[in-house]
Amino acid sequence: MLGIDDPYIWLGYLASILSALGCLVYGAYYWKEGNEAKTVKSSSKKTVTQDGDPIPANLE
Amino acid sequence: MAVSISVLILFLIVYLGATFYVAYLGYKKNSQPEGYMLAGRGVHPAIMALSYGAAFISTSAIIGFGGVAASLGMGLLWLVFMNIFFGIFIAFVVFGPRTRRMGLNLGAITYPEFIGKRFQSKFIQAFSGLLIGVFMPLYASSVIIGAGRFLETTLGVNYNIALIIFTIIIASYVIKGGLLSVMYVDAMQAILMILGMGFILIYTYSMLGGVTEAHQALTNMANLVPPALVAQGHQGWTSMPTFGSPIWWTMISTIIMGVGIGVLAQPQLAVRFMTVKDDRSLKRAVAIGGPFLLMMVGVAYAIGALSNVYFYRTMGKISLQVVPDGNTDLIMPTFLNHALPEMFVAIFMLCLLAAAMSTAAAQFHTMGTAIGYDVYQQSIMKGKSKATVHVTKIGIAFTILVAVILAYILPGSIIARATAMFMGLCTAAFLPLFIGALFWKRTTKAGATASLVIGSLSSLFWLTFVHAKEAAPLKICMAIFGKETLLSGTWTLVDPILIATPLSFLALVVVSFVTPQLSPEFLKKAFRLRFEDEEENLEKASSSTADSAGV
Repeated sequence: MLGIDDPYIWLGYLASILSALGCLVYGAYYWKEGNEAKTVKSSSKKTVTQDGDPIPANLE
Repeated sequence: MAVSISVLILFLIVYLGATFYVAYLGYKKNSQPEGYMLAGRGVHPAIMALSYGAAFISTSAIIGFGGVAASLGMGLLWLVFMNIFFGIFIAFVVFGPRTRRMGLNLGAITYPEFIGKRFQSKFIQAFSGLLIGVFMPLYASSVIIGAGRFLETTLGVNYNIALIIFTIIIASYVIKGGLLSVMYVDAMQAILMILGMGFILIYTYSMLGGVTEAHQALTNMANLVPPALVAQGHQGWTSMPTFGSPIWWTMISTIIMGVGIGVLAQPQLAVRFMTVKDDRSLKRAVAIGGPFLLMMVGVAYAIGALSNVYFYRTMGKISLQVVPDGNTDLIMPTFLNHALPEMFVAIFMLCLLAAAMSTAAAQFHTMGTAIGYDVYQQSIMKGKSKATVHVTKIGIAFTILVAVILAYILPGSIIARATAMFMGLCTAAFLPLFIGALFWKRTTKAGATASLVIGSLSSLFWLTFVHAKEAAPLKICMAIFGKETLLSGTWTLVDPILIATPLSFLALVVVSFVTPQLSPEFLKKAFRLRFEDEEENLEKASSSTADSAGV
């Protein structure tokens, strides 16, 4: 594979790249999740009564 | 060197101009001690990850280990995987969040203060501050010597002047700007390093005909391995050495020792966990840290091994035969000078200088705060002095001066071992108690103290009297006992880490079980979640509620 015959070497080659990609995906997930949570939080702020109680979904 | 001096000087001026501008941006934001010591605890995850990576990766990781890959082959790529997994993922996801939260809960602003407050012990703070303040200058001196030699060979300037200029440039922004300046400059340097390594990666593979073709050419060169290396187990640069052979052991021990488990206990790196505002920032930082390490060590090892193909095609020799005395440290510089266009050699020179500067800056800041803040202000003055930042600045200036003096007076053989000595000492002294502090509530003040003292003393004893690589050049054993090492045979090859770290762990566990635990109220305070993390959990809950409600 990739011009390398020994599986212990190409596995190491792939493991390095996949671990870096894994880090990228993991970090990106928390980046995205944080932004989504903020959006939900700010939109949910608009749907509260004067007392701060959430408006029931069927009245929105 | 192939690159013209005028081109390099031009690049250097632009680079230094950018360095000072970025450092100034950091300086403008610093005002309080927390800003100076911990960059204000609100650093962007990307800046934190790049700064951590740049401080982690020194010039020797690229040049030294790249040369080792040219000699031993691509088996070293497993070290890249281990570096990313332990050095980034485990560090940021497992160690980082607890360090950040606990540091904030206890009001700690340096690494020695963190472990000192966690175990309610001024002794632990002072002892670890002293350990860092005394031994880190030795490690720093090896980095500034490397940079001085590098400037001497590339620019042709006098070594002594090069060393002084390099130190003054870094000292100026570390002392004036504090950690935020250091981290901003680190991040800029890290970007430069990514560009440099990225270019080398693409250029080398395309020069050799593509990824598979380049690897295949290296595979086909297995018959060119020198007979002396074949006899020791070398089976080619794209094959693992013969199981159990001397080269197999060398490779495995290099991988295991170089994994970076010790990195988890490095004060200059661990302190960076406390610079971000919440746990989520640390998890986000993983996205930058992992690929950054791949671009540094992954590229260096792959290209190091592939340099054999280049040299064979252009000179009919393998890399080890191109450099004088088979010195692996010279393989990467020789390859880059021969293979790269002049302009990019200059960029890569800056990339290496950036790697040295970022590591040195992190060391200067950590050893200075240890002496100025932890030892002088908190331990000797008992926290009475209010001029924290001022005292810390004096501490940084003092320890930098010590590092420079050491660089001039110590023999090269000791300096060459300084990095390994400091890494080993940090692992044995700090790793067990750091793990205890973060993950084992049963760890007691006495257990942590015993671990710190036994770990550091046993490590120092082993490297002074038993481990031949340090004991011989230090000559202390020779002066006292009339022989290079106290023990003989295999013992003299066993690294201090392998002796001192288990002893330190043992001391932590045994003493903790027989001494009284810290109060439950204190432990509750130390381990509690922070507001921002509770908010994160609430956000998660509200987002899942919103999902289920169809918002």
